[in-house]
Amino acid sequence: MNVRRPYVRRMEPGWWWKNAFLLRYMIREMTSLLVAVYAFVLLAGVFALSRGDAAYRQWLDVMANPWSVAFHGLLLAVFLYHSWSWFEIMPKTLPQIRLGGRRLPAAAITWGGLAATVACCGILLGGTLWLTR
Amino acid sequence: MKLEVMRYLPESDPEPRHQVYEVPYSDTGSVLEALQYIKDELDPTLSFRWSCRMAICGSCGMNINGVPRLACRTFLREYFPGPVRIDALAHFPVERDLVISAADFIAKLESIKPYIIPRVERDVSEGEYLQTPLELEKFNQFTKCINCMLCYAACPQYGIDPAFLGPGVIALAHRYNADSRDGAAEERMGQLHAEEGLWSCTAVGYCSEVCPKDVDPANAVNQNKMASALDYFLRFVKPGDKS
Repeated sequence: MNVRRPYVRRMEPGWWWKNAFLLRYMIREMTSLLVAVYAFVLLAGVFALSRGDAAYRQWLDVMANPWSVAFHGLLLAVFLYHSWSWFEIMPKTLPQIRLGGRRLPAAAITWGGLAATVACCGILLGGTLWLTR
Repeated sequence: MKLEVMRYLPESDPEPRHQVYEVPYSDTGSVLEALQYIKDELDPTLSFRWSCRMAICGSCGMNINGVPRLACRTFLREYFPGPVRIDALAHFPVERDLVISAADFIAKLESIKPYIIPRVERDVSEGEYLQTPLELEKFNQFTKCINCMLCYAACPQYGIDPAFLGPGVIALAHRYNADSRDGAAEERMGQLHAEEGLWSCTAVGYCSEVCPKDVDPANAVNQNKMASALDYFLRFVKPGDKS
């Protein structure tokens, strides 16, 4: 007997949980939510600044709270992972880059991107410190 | 060694189940050979696809302990002492046991015209279409695709929405688009620009991880996103057609 009855399997809700590669991908995606959360924290600061000196100082006090400092520490770790995860897949997003007749290896793109980011952050931080000295 | 093999007989099974077989272990034995042992010695009703036994035909793709792999280049020693769980290639409809329906993949593959459509048609008497080694290098890795569909089984976006054109087909579209002898990139890009084209990809990258031929389909998909985005925005500044 020859019966055709193709069986379609549905993806399980926890499909990303059992595979280390997919778990890392989901962590990358979920860390972006915390990036968004921190954007709102900074926006609140800008909003407080627009409402005057007292409001801004109050926001700064909230930021200096030990819970807030711990939250910033956690976010720093999350942001570092988030940034790394994107630079890790950066070679996938670029066409072949040739230097001196040779194809630039993926690791060079990842580390080059990271180095450029660190340099930009350094310039931004240095510039800010210089302007507010 | 114990193998837990997915079984699905459409005439009697309402849904797939797993059957355990005991196969002789050897250091050099592949999962494909273990399946062949089951079929020859234990249970002739087991169905699976295979042909070349040397990772070039792309027939024996299956999920081995949850990872899409070619059974012929996966060895029992990697899973010693077992057991090993073998499922039909993920995300595809199961026809019978480990045999999946590739109809969707084949239709998508045909739709992107996976062959050279010459920029300028030449007569045979005019000789070959010449190409420099550097021009070849631009797309060479994408020619290595053996249509094994492991990348589709690895892609959660294809699993969630099978309308997605998928990593393998996009890699092959790019293979022809990037070929200096080809002139049909514009035709193919229509499909790639669509949401079910490049833009269903969320850069998981697992397709490239499981690819047995180092094609790196995630690279083909994601480098075209830049071209697709440029094409979208340049319409507004380019003179002429605004459609």
